[in-house]
Amino acid sequence: MVSLVVNGRSLTIDADPDMPLLWALRDRVGLTGTKFGCGIAQCGACTVHVDGRPVRSCVTPLAAVAGRSVTTIEGLDPEGNHPVQKAWAQLGVPQCGYCQAGQIMRAAALLAEKKNPTDAEIDEAMAGNICRCGTYQRIRAAIHRAAALVRGGAAPAGGSR
Amino acid sequence: MSPTLSRRTLLGGGLAAGAGLVIGFHVPGPRRAARAAERVFAPSAWIRIDRDGIVTIVNGMSEMGQGTGTTMPMIVADELEADWSKVRVEQAPADPAYGNPLLGGRQSTVGSMSIRGSMGLWRRAGAAAREMLVAAAAQVWGVPVEECYAEQGAVYHRPTGRRLAYGELVDRAAQLPVPQSPRLKTPAEFRLIGKTVRRLDTPDKVTGRAIFGIDVTVPGLLVATVERCPVFGGGVKSVDAAAARAVKGVRHVVRIASGVAVVADDYWSARRGREALRVAWDEGPNAALSSADISRGYAALARQPGRVARREGDAAGALARAARALEAVYEVPFLAHATMEPMNCTAHVRPDRCDVWAPTQNQTGTQETAMRLTGLPRERVFVHTTLLGGGFGRRSETDFVAEAVELSRAVGAPVKVIWSREDDIRHDYYRPATYNVLRAALDAGGMPVAWTHRIVGPSLLIPRKFPLGPDGVDRTAVEGAANIPYAIPNVEVDWVYKDFGIPVGFWRSVGASQNAFVTESFVDELAHAAGRDPFEFRRALLGRAPRHRAVLELAAREAGWGTPPPPGRARGIAVAFSYGSYAAQVAEVSVAPDGRVRVHRVVCAIDCGIAASPDQVKAQMEGGIVFALTATLHGEITIEGGRVRQSNFHDYPMLRIDETPRIEVHILESGEAPGGAGEPGVPPLVPAVCNAIFAATGRRIRRLPVRPEELRRT
Repeated sequence: MVSLVVNGRSLTIDADPDMPLLWALRDRVGLTGTKFGCGIAQCGACTVHVDGRPVRSCVTPLAAVAGRSVTTIEGLDPEGNHPVQKAWAQLGVPQCGYCQAGQIMRAAALLAEKKNPTDAEIDEAMAGNICRCGTYQRIRAAIHRAAALVRGGAAPAGGSR
Repeated sequence: MSPTLSRRTLLGGGLAAGAGLVIGFHVPGPRRAARAAERVFAPSAWIRIDRDGIVTIVNGMSEMGQGTGTTMPMIVADELEADWSKVRVEQAPADPAYGNPLLGGRQSTVGSMSIRGSMGLWRRAGAAAREMLVAAAAQVWGVPVEECYAEQGAVYHRPTGRRLAYGELVDRAAQLPVPQSPRLKTPAEFRLIGKTVRRLDTPDKVTGRAIFGIDVTVPGLLVATVERCPVFGGGVKSVDAAAARAVKGVRHVVRIASGVAVVADDYWSARRGREALRVAWDEGPNAALSSADISRGYAALARQPGRVARREGDAAGALARAARALEAVYEVPFLAHATMEPMNCTAHVRPDRCDVWAPTQNQTGTQETAMRLTGLPRERVFVHTTLLGGGFGRRSETDFVAEAVELSRAVGAPVKVIWSREDDIRHDYYRPATYNVLRAALDAGGMPVAWTHRIVGPSLLIPRKFPLGPDGVDRTAVEGAANIPYAIPNVEVDWVYKDFGIPVGFWRSVGASQNAFVTESFVDELAHAAGRDPFEFRRALLGRAPRHRAVLELAAREAGWGTPPPPGRARGIAVAFSYGSYAAQVAEVSVAPDGRVRVHRVVCAIDCGIAASPDQVKAQMEGGIVFALTATLHGEITIEGGRVRQSNFHDYPMLRIDETPRIEVHILESGEAPGGAGEPGVPPLVPAVCNAIFAATGRRIRRLPVRPEELRRT
């Protein structure tokens, strides 16, 4: 039995404390937006926030998040109106979409930390997240767009290197 | 094959009668109850219009990221003159009505064929429905049909301005015959085709609501993972399952054709159970096979003539007489697909029906696999296609479907089988490794007068019992090689078939993925040998290939070919035809003293005929370039002891954002029939990058992937 907060709700999960948070969320809580990609923290598809910080849920045992607050893609914004989500939609980032929950959670954590990241800062923060469809160029542009949305200013088409 | 438009009712098909799970796009808007009762006008398999004016477009193609789930309804809705805000999309069941004419009517999303195979059919379907609605309105008003026209979900009477919405016309329209030759719009009349339209699946994909195969759940679902023999061609000798069965949550340990499955309440329990399994393998005849053996075997076979794919003139004679001859050997490795969503499938086999929920590119094959394993007839096997977390050809296979069906039948419950990443990398159907010997002769003026290309490698068609050409050649093995577009008087391309027992499959752009690298690199060698500019050299040889030449010129112009590149960088160029489209790319590359290659910029020109959805064509070029750059810089599956050495993204790396170049895509304006988009962005990238590496370093890359240690200058 592990108690934690998921997307603002207090939950007690009856599972092996060694079970990775990823599988607890998917198979026990029924939140399938967080994805399984590699199981060894190499691809970032499973990224969630734990107390606001980006974490690879595939290698995070349930016991490690006892009493902590977990946010998944479903809880990032109740209406899907987080600036990162809006920017992703405006620039048409997703192709297959499978990695995008992890990309969005990582990007949201970056913007919480850095209001106006440079291309180099974006590359550094996002390099842990693989997209096999190759949407990286649009991800870079969408993070700049999201930063602009947060600033409330005009939205440039995106960055370049 | 020219399918006719027919009135069909889809009720009773897989979706409506499914097991209570509706999979498809969640489109914002009110969910309507008792839909079946309102559904009155269904003039073809693709279209339903209800009395409330909601237009449901049924998409028979798989959505794996390429955007067909939006482009297909755009095409239908445009001809239908539907109000796009009232269009809903539904994923089709497996049904011959949704077969692709280019694939002999099979329902399969492969070969960049969705739009080019079915665009005409979808346009006719939309136009036929539009004409029926217009005719229905003319009847209501008692006026000549010529005085009426459709616009944005309604029919208007031109002289009086009277209007009837589609929803008001459906009962009467349903009584009318389906026109077989409706008038299609002219391109000037298009409202959606060729325009930038936001994808319908994006809202769900940014909120976590999108349902992929791995997300499927049904009541009573069990989850399975399968231990397979690590050596290709081996099998189970014995199993000790006692420890596995003792793991909490494990329900069954089952032997199936592909290995030993652990079936549990959830994935983690299944995985723990699998770790506790003790399986002894009979490793079979390939237990000692290595990549080095395969390469040596190919090299030996390359001395013998193969099956002739193209022969023009007398290449051997011209080579013997030539002023100057060149020879080179090119090799490419096996590659895994590595879709981000690992293979998975859910099946529920009952005595009288089988439901399969699958992220599949191959509905017909999925249905036939379930029929074969259950003995049920086609109409009792219901295929529910989910979103696909990547396809790239891997999901045209049905191995993962067979596992789920076998397991559900064995345990008498719905079962979802989930592969680990290690399973995915080690049990793929790999892009074939091949060995290529090329020779060419230049005349005194430096122009090529002979070209020979011998390809040694496995076949995709032979093990699948797909037909070969009358020449005995597997066209997938020679595509991009037998059809090089250059004006060379003496050409011979042949193919030596050799199967080493490694499973091979269709990998994004298939034979063109490797043959473009080989041929466009060797053409570059000829240009340099002749002392000619690689762009001008190609251009001079493309007199009879105007579409190749046009994209080559466009890419060169946009890239600034002929102007000095930024300091420290060099450019390479390549052009290739594949899957109905012509693509040229210029790569701008630097090579560090330690041999590391950085691709800074890629300029892509694409002629895919009419671009039904230009932004999706751009996205596919961007994606194809990243996919191919992974293969250029990182991709290699090696065989040792009959098994795959790599296992996950740490040793089978993918290109990441910090290695991604700036990509500029230019779509050539064209009125030609549509070509493909999913694959044609891949082939030119590898040679464009390798040709740029040559320009930067003088080192010719003839074996992939690029190895920094071979480019080191310090």
